[in-house]
Amino acid sequence: MREMLKLFLTIVVFSAVAGGLLATVRSATRDRIEFQQLVFVKGPTIRQIMQGSSNDPVEASFKLLDGDVERTFFAGEFDGSLNTVALETYAGGYGGEIGVVAAINVETDRIVGVGVTTHSETPGLGSRAKTDPSFSRQFEDKPVAEPFKVKADGGAIDALSGATITSRGVCQAVSEIADIYIRLKDNIIAELKS
Amino acid sequence: MAKTTVQEFTKGLWAEIPPFRLVLGLCPILAVTKTVENGVGMGIATTFVLVCSNVLISLLRSVIPKRVRIACFIVVIATFVTIVELVMQAFAYPLFLKLGIFIPLIVVNCIVLGRAEAFAAKHSPIPSLADGLGIGIGFTLSLTALAAVREIFGSGTFTVPVSGVALPVFGPEFQPFSFMIEAPGAFVCLGLMLCIMNMVGKK
Repeated sequence: MREMLKLFLTIVVFSAVAGGLLATVRSATRDRIEFQQLVFVKGPTIRQIMQGSSNDPVEASFKLLDGDVERTFFAGEFDGSLNTVALETYAGGYGGEIGVVAAINVETDRIVGVGVTTHSETPGLGSRAKTDPSFSRQFEDKPVAEPFKVKADGGAIDALSGATITSRGVCQAVSEIADIYIRLKDNIIAELKS
Repeated sequence: MAKTTVQEFTKGLWAEIPPFRLVLGLCPILAVTKTVENGVGMGIATTFVLVCSNVLISLLRSVIPKRVRIACFIVVIATFVTIVELVMQAFAYPLFLKLGIFIPLIVVNCIVLGRAEAFAAKHSPIPSLADGLGIGIGFTLSLTALAAVREIFGSGTFTVPVSGVALPVFGPEFQPFSFMIEAPGAFVCLGLMLCIMNMVGKK
């Protein structure tokens, strides 16, 4: 019995110390990691899905409160007016959270483009959500009110073969972005005009 | 016969150089050695984990009960790997993007657990440090050598670590031997290098 207790306590102490240490490192590096992600992943993805905008959407960002969550929007200028916003959310994938940005045209309420930012999906299968444009292009020009689902779930999106869970995650994230957009639309338009 | 600290260090560089002599840690060897920069980055990350886990496990070797030692080793190793992952994201994000999933996979790298079990759990901290450092540097050298061969023939370039500049090795009319940067090319290349190592090492 004492032996068991000792084994148990050793592992508990090891895990607790490891957990504490990791939490410290995590909070010490969080800001820098977010900055690096913006520079190397989110920035290029946002610019790519808003290709052809006459401004730099990454520079033209603003924050809005959604309930008690603060969300960052990136505004793109097309045809001389700021009429497109991009937003990032996360959804569960196969290998962790998938970061997805979607850009929406506020005049037509349609999706302009969708891109995957940070992910840890299987290379060659789920990772194609980021690298294979024929997948993300399916979202283009769809109205935001439409539910985004893969065909297996009764939707209109062709899942990546061998990566249904990833595809579902992306759909879920895009749906969430659409919901947030619909919820905050008035505030977004006010912000774009100012 | 007890080896000196210097011998513990140098054995990792030739006599027990990990992928070629111990033939361990092949997963990262085959997966990330497409460019020299990736090879060096992976090698340094593994060396850091190896040295830290070796020293810590050696210090704690009298505290860790025999029956749960593997679980304790994994907790120690996984902690250091996660630290490497976070630090790499904060300071070398482009490298992290290229190595991606292979950084967390250092946890299950046989070399790290193997050194913890076979060496650090039985020796005092100073030899364990030397062992970890030697094996780590040997691993880095092997990754770099394999990556250099693959990149030079496969893409015709040589990526200088840190700066990330890809220097062309052959002229502009070089046709890349792209088989070398594919997965089978890694096996063939590793096999040939093992063969050369054995021929050189044979008495």
